[in-house]
Amino acid sequence: MPDDRIPQIGVVFPRTDALTKVRGEERFAADYYGRDLVWAGVKRAGIPHARLKSLDVDQARQVPGVIAVLTHRDIPGENRQGVVRKDQPVLVDDKVRHAGDALALVLAESKSALAAALKCIMCELEPLPGVFDPEQALADGAPLVHEDNPEGNILLKAEVKTGGDESVWDECAAVIEACFETPHQEHCFLETESGWAKVEPDGKIVIVASTQAPFRDRTEVAPVLGQDPTSIRVIAPYTGGAFGGKDGITVQSLLGLAALHAQGRPVKMWWDREESFVAGTKRHPARMYYRLGAKTDGTLHAIDVRLYLDTGPYDHLGGAVMTQAVEHSGGPYRIPHARLRGWSVYTNNPIGGAFRGFGVVQVTAAMEQMMDLLAVKLGLDPVQLRLKNAVRCGDKNCVGVTLTGSAGLEECLEKMARHPYWQNRQIWIQAAGSLKRRGVGLAAVMHAMGYGTVVPDVANAQVELTLEGKIRVYSGVVDMGQGNAATNLQIAGSILGQAPGQMELVQPDTDRTLPSGSASASRCTYTFGNALIGAAQALKERILQRASDLLMAAGPDELVLVSGLVRRVTTGQDIPLAVLAKWLTDTERIAVYRFRAPVAQERPAKDEQVRLHGLPHCIFSYGAHLAMVEVDELTGAVEVQGYLAITDSGRVLNPQTYEQQIHGGIVQGLGYALSEDFRVADGRIQTSDLATYIIPTAMDVPEMLSIPVEINEPTGPFGLKGVGEVAMNGPLPAVANAVAAACGGRCFSFPLTSERVLQVMTFES
Amino acid sequence: MKINFILNGREIELTAPSDVRVVDLLREELELTGTKESCGSGECGSCTILVDGQSRLSCLMLAAQLQGREVTTIEGLADDAGRHPVQEAFVQAGAVQCGFCTPGMVLAAVDLLDRRPDPSRSEIREGLSGNLCRCTGYQKIVDAVEMAVHREEG
Repeated sequence: MPDDRIPQIGVVFPRTDALTKVRGEERFAADYYGRDLVWAGVKRAGIPHARLKSLDVDQARQVPGVIAVLTHRDIPGENRQGVVRKDQPVLVDDKVRHAGDALALVLAESKSALAAALKCIMCELEPLPGVFDPEQALADGAPLVHEDNPEGNILLKAEVKTGGDESVWDECAAVIEACFETPHQEHCFLETESGWAKVEPDGKIVIVASTQAPFRDRTEVAPVLGQDPTSIRVIAPYTGGAFGGKDGITVQSLLGLAALHAQGRPVKMWWDREESFVAGTKRHPARMYYRLGAKTDGTLHAIDVRLYLDTGPYDHLGGAVMTQAVEHSGGPYRIPHARLRGWSVYTNNPIGGAFRGFGVVQVTAAMEQMMDLLAVKLGLDPVQLRLKNAVRCGDKNCVGVTLTGSAGLEECLEKMARHPYWQNRQIWIQAAGSLKRRGVGLAAVMHAMGYGTVVPDVANAQVELTLEGKIRVYSGVVDMGQGNAATNLQIAGSILGQAPGQMELVQPDTDRTLPSGSASASRCTYTFGNALIGAAQALKERILQRASDLLMAAGPDELVLVSGLVRRVTTGQDIPLAVLAKWLTDTERIAVYRFRAPVAQERPAKDEQVRLHGLPHCIFSYGAHLAMVEVDELTGAVEVQGYLAITDSGRVLNPQTYEQQIHGGIVQGLGYALSEDFRVADGRIQTSDLATYIIPTAMDVPEMLSIPVEINEPTGPFGLKGVGEVAMNGPLPAVANAVAAACGGRCFSFPLTSERVLQVMTFES
Repeated sequence: MKINFILNGREIELTAPSDVRVVDLLREELELTGTKESCGSGECGSCTILVDGQSRLSCLMLAAQLQGREVTTIEGLADDAGRHPVQEAFVQAGAVQCGFCTPGMVLAAVDLLDRRPDPSRSEIREGLSGNLCRCTGYQKIVDAVEMAVHREEG
């Protein structure tokens, strides 16, 4: 079934990876086994805060089939890891800081021996008072999660101030105040954290991991193992879902450590679902205090925001998530006076980390409900209120940064205003059956692309003409399911005139591909795509020039590349690429190109740490979302019956993968809005399986309508901007606004479970 | 114990502990890693296989239950030319993203279409509701099943 058509930009290009995945042939990290396999697993703490007094592993070592039991004493290097702040132990040495902390690592001949040994590990833990609420964690005398942190339980705080002082509030005709709370969200990728490792005969440690960032992993694992990074090779196959939950170390360091004790045998670690819930990262819960002021005509005038994000016991990417939340906290609007503050706070709850949306999901939930509250107070149409304030190219956004990239929010909102879903909403609402109430809600969204100012958002692409005459594309950025690997083939194929069957793909591998950053931040195709265009064009020029010389043509203009060959159009002569490849040196057959994403020059935050954590960005995607909900008066159950997303993420390269991102983001957002009720009691997860933590099934979601607004982004590859996250931001506020319209009252805590909605309806009546 | 069954059209006989889970038998002993495991407790559908043509969760089955049965895993679904209408429709409709739910989802769809050859969209949604997907939002999966129906008709 491989497609023999040369891919074109803007045309559906069925994903090349779909074929191997649909046949069950694609090998994920979880699918690596091998002869003489050793199983590795971890003893977890089970309590959220405690001093480690002693660990007795003697009995576990006696279990038949056990190869080794390792503790922090067996770590040859530094026992701390983390993307920004290295505050997370690989194996606990002093204190347990959350229930999922790892205490001991077991290597065994079989899964059953592994399970038996884990049960025999005796831990003497002295319980400590824990802290489980971010605001309580800031209070004097609160238990400290990290005694060595100079800021107590504050991991990072950020403040951005623009415009005038407190007196600007006197100039507002309407002021709205509210506090919103959003919960943890679990990634629930179907392939739980997994990997495989082996020490090669030459001493190299090979780690195959389900990861979003193989190159960064290597620099984190190396110091733990006391090795040079070049002695470690990380290979990143397609992940079975990641969504941010594999942006950072999961199994990698533990596997590297295990491999050092496995005498050259392969070692496998694969967390089960409960371990994934307990030890993996989640979306940060947020408490968000908002004050928003406007003039009588709805012109936004002032905003004051305080955000408390619970990062759990470790940084992971908690500082960056909070910073990104602050940057987006005023929404996609012009607001001349802003005071925006955020705190990323240590607690003994599960670890907060990257999750599609990266802080923007939380603040959009709050800000877009503030906009509806304001519209009600001023008696304005919610679309018109948003349109009046929508940022345009050249405007300053809420942190005072001039938007130099394309900005299509107005176009999205105008399309929304004209769409039948919005135009005919009253007819639809009035058609509700008995004991049902209907509402239609909106949200406007924006999402930054890339790493921000300081951390270089760089990709290095490599393209090769192989001696067999194939085009080999070296993917620098992991494909975690979003389809960027196939998009790489589409881009290279369209430039080099090659059909998928004439191309090969090398997946990210620290020994074979070039460092190109993480699969995250809506940057994959933007940053890597730009690099790939450069590399593919360089190779194309080289191929055509050499062919021109061989054929004694007047110049490369006489030649074109088509699948498998170069054709001299003036004479009809063909040279197969396999022949031409032999006329190029090994160096000439390979083209590389580096691209660094543009950065904003303004410095809205005084604190250099905040800038380091990503603020500000300069290019954003935008969108307008609409949800149609029906609420059951007897049960409070909310059913989303229609959903519309109009998105400006620049030009669309492949309409199919583009729509996949929109659909997927909406449904993860609907789960977050309605059913994903992650519960933690005193640091212990109460919903640790898919029977108690409810993600949407095919029956729980509506048919979705996605309309792209294709505004050219001048810096993007073929005019594209990132689309991976922007859709995730809309569903909670759109649904919440629809439910509020239906019920006449609003919930301020999420998700909108039947109980919460029923309570609001009861209260209002 | 000794177990005889038909796997992807071929008779096989093997010796395995009677209480080994079928998903482990397939993945670890028979190297058929197309069958995925995601929850291990019957909640997600990733480990779906066909047993005597009906979809079953291989994480909830023990090896002994395969005795005398006919088992199809994702690797054995296509014909000799490597084609199956449901698989082809999943590719063409864009129903595959990360692909980890895909083998189970495809087999659940095959079972559904076997029971109900021309389902409505809501019947497709109901028929696949035991299989979780975290990437696609399901819409293109529903599209794919519809496409497969029309391909089979065509």
